[in-house]
Amino acid sequence: MSPIPGSGLAKGLAVTLRTMTKKTVTAQYPDVQPELPPRSRGVIGLFEENCTVCMLCARECPDWCIYIDSHKETVPAAVEGGRERSRNVLDRFAIDFSLCMYCGICIEVCPFDALFWSPEFEYAETDIHELTHERDKLREWMWTVPAPPALDPGAEEPKEVAAARKAADKLAAAQAAEAAAAAEAGQAADTGQTGQTGPEGGQA
Amino acid sequence: MNDALDVAIRLVVVFAVFMVLPLVIGQTEHKVMAHMQGRLGPMYAGGFHGWAQLVADGVKFAQKEDVVPAAADRRIFQLAPAVALLPYLLVLVAVPIGPSEGAVGQVVDAGIFFVLAVMGVGVLGSLMAGWASANKFSLLGGLRTAAQLLAYELPMLLAAASVAMAAGTVSLPGILNAFHWWWLPWQIVGALVFFIAGLAELQRPPFDMPVADSEIIFGAYTEYTGLRFALFLLAEYAGIVVLCGLTTVLFLGGWHGPFGADGLGWVWTLLKTAVLAFVVIWLRVSYPRLREDQLQKLAWTTLIPLALAQIALTGIVKVAIS
Repeated sequence: MSPIPGSGLAKGLAVTLRTMTKKTVTAQYPDVQPELPPRSRGVIGLFEENCTVCMLCARECPDWCIYIDSHKETVPAAVEGGRERSRNVLDRFAIDFSLCMYCGICIEVCPFDALFWSPEFEYAETDIHELTHERDKLREWMWTVPAPPALDPGAEEPKEVAAARKAADKLAAAQAAEAAAAAEAGQAADTGQTGQTGPEGGQA
Repeated sequence: MNDALDVAIRLVVVFAVFMVLPLVIGQTEHKVMAHMQGRLGPMYAGGFHGWAQLVADGVKFAQKEDVVPAAADRRIFQLAPAVALLPYLLVLVAVPIGPSEGAVGQVVDAGIFFVLAVMGVGVLGSLMAGWASANKFSLLGGLRTAAQLLAYELPMLLAAASVAMAAGTVSLPGILNAFHWWWLPWQIVGALVFFIAGLAELQRPPFDMPVADSEIIFGAYTEYTGLRFALFLLAEYAGIVVLCGLTTVLFLGGWHGPFGADGLGWVWTLLKTAVLAFVVIWLRVSYPRLREDQLQKLAWTTLIPLALAQIALTGIVKVAIS
């Protein structure tokens, strides 16, 4: 029971009046594109240059909506007397988006970074068969894949960056050591034959 | 000859008002209701913010098949929308919007009687529709309409009687001529009772038990399609115009205003009517539907005693100042 009779009625009127003065929440979708959050799952793009036809995606797919065909090709030996190598060549890669449930397992499981989420979502069709996107269409979706969003502040360095930095640090250290050794050798030479050559004298 | 022309012009003007204002209120309702719910409302029809939405709706209704159920009382069923709509047109003829002779369709000496009696006829349309449809939901709606009409006609009449007592006349322009600004606080209770009872008579939410779509489909209008259904909807909005106009004339001083009383009086009338129409929409958005017993309780235990108290107050003040 409210302290003043009728105050609840007034409150109801106030709520509707206040809502009227506020901005509406209607999304005018076909006229105005929605602002999608980062990592939106719209469609799956295939970066087929990276695909090795390992079939992991097709096997892990819960809906079995990925179709892959391939054949083996023999690559001649790279060097004289070497062994011939065989290589998988992709013939067909298709995703049936009428079956896909957008779980993203194929993207997670791909060891070669050949599958990506794209935020594009406007690919409705009037015929369900059209929803099976073949490799060229999947390749086209790659152009719509956004750059990965920035890491959170204070996040751990990405592994590949860390590895690259480690290698670069090692190389730099080796070069520095080499340079130091060379400088030392040059200095020893300088003390031996003063003024004959410049500081460049130590170079081999 | 001149008289005939005069009458013709008046009728055409009243008819134009009758066709335009309900649509304006309907469109306002679309938009106001949408924004009160955080939506945009119609945005496409007509290009600019969906201004032609109701025109488009009218075209749609006109295209639909006019179905009469096989078991229905054919003649009555077809007549009902006209009975619901036309009384409001007749009432509009008698509502003065300005002080001059030309600003009212026809001066009726017994204005209040005429207006309230004819408005009551409008509800008969729903009753006829409910009975003639041969549908149990329609019948339930019709019965609820009848109960509501009985309950709310009384407080409405009593509140109007209070104003008539105060003015000493039952003519609508006569009441306005006698109006003083201090009538506003004096008759405020009567005004509220009149307005609420009028809302109930129009079956507007929160008093829309007779058409409660979640309980009895659409009450008396369940079996209607096409243009006849559109006429019932139009009657509801015409009813809003008439109710707001009458409340303005009887209680809010019609053409009287702080300034511009001569010449621009009709602007005041329209402005007050528009504000009241906004309140009607506002109430619809804000409040849930009353239950049937709550509806009856409100009329018999609250509105009628209030209206009687208003009449007593009017009588006392009237005797005191004379």
